[in-house]
Amino acid sequence: MTTQDVALLRDLEEYRYGWKSPETYVYKAPKGLSEEVVRKISELKGEPEWMLDFRLRALRHFLQRPMPNWGPDLSGLNFDDIVYYVKPAERAGRSWDEVPEDIKRTFERLGIPEAEQKFLAGVGAQYESEMVYHRVKEELESKGVIFKSIEDGLREHPELFRQYFGKVVPIEDNKFAALNSAVWSGGSFVYVPPGVKVEQPLQAYFRLNVANIGQFERTLIIIDEGAEAHYVEGCTAPLYSTDSLHTGVIEIVVKRGARFRYTTIQNWSTNVYNLVTQRALVYGNATMEWVDANIGSKVTMKYPSCYLLEPGAHGEILSMAFAKDGQVIDNGGKVIHIAPDTTSKIVSKSVSKGTGRASYRGLVRVQRGAKRVRSNVVCDALLIDEHSRSDTYPYMEIEEPDVTIGHEASVSKVGEEQLFYLRSRGLSEEEATTMVVAGFIEPLVRELPMEYAVELNRLVQLEMEGSIG
Amino acid sequence: MSDTLEIRNLHARTAEREILKGLNLTLRKGEVHALMGPNGAGKSTLAYVLMGHPAYEVTEGEVWFKGQNILELDPEERAHLGLFLAFQYPVAVPGVTVANFLRAALNAKRQALNPDDPGISVLEFRKLLMDKMRLLGLDPDFAGRYLNDGFSGGEKKKTEVLQMAVLDPEFAILDETDSGLDIDALRAVAHGINALRGPERGFLIITHYKRILDHVRPDYVHILVDGRIVASGGPELADQLEAEGYKQWVNGSEPVASAA
Repeated sequence: MTTQDVALLRDLEEYRYGWKSPETYVYKAPKGLSEEVVRKISELKGEPEWMLDFRLRALRHFLQRPMPNWGPDLSGLNFDDIVYYVKPAERAGRSWDEVPEDIKRTFERLGIPEAEQKFLAGVGAQYESEMVYHRVKEELESKGVIFKSIEDGLREHPELFRQYFGKVVPIEDNKFAALNSAVWSGGSFVYVPPGVKVEQPLQAYFRLNVANIGQFERTLIIIDEGAEAHYVEGCTAPLYSTDSLHTGVIEIVVKRGARFRYTTIQNWSTNVYNLVTQRALVYGNATMEWVDANIGSKVTMKYPSCYLLEPGAHGEILSMAFAKDGQVIDNGGKVIHIAPDTTSKIVSKSVSKGTGRASYRGLVRVQRGAKRVRSNVVCDALLIDEHSRSDTYPYMEIEEPDVTIGHEASVSKVGEEQLFYLRSRGLSEEEATTMVVAGFIEPLVRELPMEYAVELNRLVQLEMEGSIG
Repeated sequence: MSDTLEIRNLHARTAEREILKGLNLTLRKGEVHALMGPNGAGKSTLAYVLMGHPAYEVTEGEVWFKGQNILELDPEERAHLGLFLAFQYPVAVPGVTVANFLRAALNAKRQALNPDDPGISVLEFRKLLMDKMRLLGLDPDFAGRYLNDGFSGGEKKKTEVLQMAVLDPEFAILDETDSGLDIDALRAVAHGINALRGPERGFLIITHYKRILDHVRPDYVHILVDGRIVASGGPELADQLEAEGYKQWVNGSEPVASAA
């Protein structure tokens, strides 16, 4: 983090990804949600009957389910003012050559080079509500690893798909899971066979375009016994004049002895409502890790969860939120200990700047009979300005006495002594403050793949611009 | 004159009381000055005021360096001019490695002097840092540890001297650098300081005890009592102090203009 980097970023006048491609779409649904729209979506995707039924059930549940009576203010959301489906011109291509030019240009601007990077095992990119380009390397295919669009997953692996789809996050789980279940489109389907270890991270990109598009990605990931993989997701979106909604559902199954990590860097533009349901079922001696970095959006509600179903299961959630003026990031995690001898760890780092509110909301639940559970929660908040604010809502529902549960919370401001010390070495007040913030989120940043770590540090620097009056 | 740091009639206070009451002292490059005094005399206050700590208010006086009254400058500007303070209680900055921090500080200084400076390369910096760490007997792993986070007293003081070695200041103020150190740590720190002595650098060693002055022989010793310098002399003044204590200066002391 050099002075030069800070100066470079200072020159950027507008949000980096604030641009749109001219709209070239075959089908764009009318605004608003209705049974016709849901039927049309299912028809365009050529789905089997059971999926249409699933969507319609979900729609009915969504319509009668009240809005949550807790959490940030969602009154700015107008469900009637959103387009729920857009299908891009061409179907998903298999090789880079088949991808349409206009869409290629989008990828270029996102920074995905044409020559495939060795680092990537495969790239799936969502353009609007459909997986336009999705490709799995021969290496992965030969190992039997499946990494496809969710639509292809349904089409090509119907039994496997149906076995797990909607089972980790049922329709009735919450209002937004119901919405996603009705209109989901785009997302990833991943299956890693028993014992297979995928070294390179699997990545997918998302972006929104066309004013008022709701993004309803659905991802289903199954890691079979003894397998290991890492999935990375980074989001960007251009600016709009009216509000956007992103309601995703991520379902993950980590079978016995398997290890899986799901990493997200979220940097939606500041008019997006980002309401995501993420849940993993973790079996015996398996490990699930959520690494969740939230910087953008107008409102984020996100609580990656681990359900520890069998002895030896371990769940970890490492989450970070950076909220600046006008942003509300309400996040954290949930761990449900159902079996004995399970362990969990939640580490949450919240940074609030200006009028931004970054809050931790989490749940550790231990069911009766889940003996010898060990769980630890650390939630730290850093307030940058006079009026910055952070709230902590740590819920503990412990029904079993023979357990070890720890909880530590801290709130701090950037210390005057720290600032003076750093400034005495030649750093400006802004550089010193940025350095303290970077150090604060370091436990999360060091868990990210390198290019994400670099991007996240740059994003933090950008957010810190002008923080000193 | 860029060879001297001249402190003139310095008065400084906290919210509660006045601490420096007309301090005069001239430091010169190539010279090591020791400042000794009883607790509460204002030794650390002087260090903080010279560096620009916001908790202290200067009510009168100037400090001249390179043709400027540095009391009008921000702490980072004073650092860019070539001033360095080794803290008595170094502050921890969790999550920031010693290496990253020092490289940022070095680049900040270079770019303050020349905005077009691209900054030192990671490789070049690595070499520089390793050289200096070897000089101080610091384990190479040290570079990757978080700044002062969980450091022992000795490690903190060595890190201060390491920073001084890397940042290459023109005037260095060492605030009770010897406090809390065992024999070996003291030797290592003294060795580092001596290695940095030279015609291009001036030192102000602030200390309560004579111990460090046995390892880093000063050119001049000053005694600070109740916010003023009451005596100045050669290194033998420190011996006298050790033998007789501060008594003779503490009662009815008269301020003395700097003899240096």
